[in-house]
Amino acid sequence: MEQVIRDKIRQVKKGDQSAFEDVIAFYQDKIYRHCFRMIGNAHEAEDIAQEAFIRAYINIHSFDDRRKFSTWLYRIATNVTIDHIRKRKPDYFLDDKIKGTEGLDMYSRLISNTPSPGEEAESRELQRYIHQEITRLPPKYRSIIILRYIEEFSLQEISNTMDIPLGTVKTRIHRAREALRKKLRYV
Amino acid sequence: MNCHDKAHRLIHTYLDGDLSKAEEKILSSHLEECEACQRHLYELKRTITLLPSTEQVSAPADFTKNVMQKLPAEKKRVTYLRMWKAHPLVVSAALLFIFMISGVFATWHQDSELVVSKQEGLMIEENTVIVPADVTVSGDVYVKNGDLRIDGSVDGNVTLINGRLIEDEPRQGEPLMASVGEVSGELKQIDQFFDWIWYQVEYVFQNVFRF
Ligand SMILES: [Zn+2]
Repeated sequence: MEQVIRDKIRQVKKGDQSAFEDVIAFYQDKIYRHCFRMIGNAHEAEDIAQEAFIRAYINIHSFDDRRKFSTWLYRIATNVTIDHIRKRKPDYFLDDKIKGTEGLDMYSRLISNTPSPGEEAESRELQRYIHQEITRLPPKYRSIIILRYIEEFSLQEISNTMDIPLGTVKTRIHRAREALRKKLRYV
Repeated sequence: MNCHDKAHRLIHTYLDGDLSKAEEKILSSHLEECEACQRHLYELKRTITLLPSTEQVSAPADFTKNVMQKLPAEKKRVTYLRMWKAHPLVVSAALLFIFMISGVFATWHQDSELVVSKQEGLMIEENTVIVPADVTVSGDVYVKNGDLRIDGSVDGNVTLINGRLIEDEPRQGEPLMASVGEVSGELKQIDQFFDWIWYQVEYVFQNVFRF
């Protein structure tokens, strides 16, 4: 797949916009998911993920073919998300009500259909709580924790993706782990 | 307390998979006797195992389509080239249609007046344009519906449409020499209808496909 993407990027660089469609289709779930985890809101996640792809397209010429495209794309998505978090005034979370859908929160929309027995509801409650605690971390810790423990990047990959030194990645991860430990110890 | 701090650092180093043999020994012997640090490690490990359980979400249905619609317009050149590759016949027909509308055919039939590019040094005798000997005309020379004689030289391209290039008869006693004076650029003669069309096509392409 890596090679297919490489070829597509080359076509995009030559100016073939339609080749970018396959690139988006291939990465859309990963990038959307990453943004969603960072921001904790489906609607915002969609806007941010879209912007990340658009920025990638516009700046495609600054992408070095010898490097991994996914790393580059994740970096853009992370930066766009962090920018967005900084700009947004009041922080709000998953359990906030969506306008016009009384009594329905984001999560009940996301995890739809299946009628849930008690156990399932409980685990969903837990998922929701964990996600909420992750989105309460400062953005720079948030992205690293998500990349490391949910998307399972190596420390080196995170360093490449975020363009920060390995030592900084480790320091941040230590702090984030401690912060989350305090929140999740009684779960 | 200080000893716990050190143990905590080692615990994180361990979680990152960076622990050396020596550090491993220090940590394990501390854990054996310190319940607080054992508990600390347990809580951290548990936190880590809890994290991936956030549920899986997928991008909304029309995500790719929506992004594609928002991309800045692609350079025209590529769109045309791709169109040309995908539908050569359609594009050819379309171009022909454009020519018909834009009056290329009409121009060809109606217009028989002599047209010459304006340059110093060019002389016109009846229907013949002359670049006199010892004269260097700078810039592209364009002659339509007339003949051209180059005794001097042209510093540029020469385009002759519907006319002839008059070549001097070699004078008696003199060796046969290149009868045409110097043209630094390209010499192009267009004296057939389809050549004319082709010339227009090239012109259109050069302009449409320019960056
Ligand atoms: Zn201890």
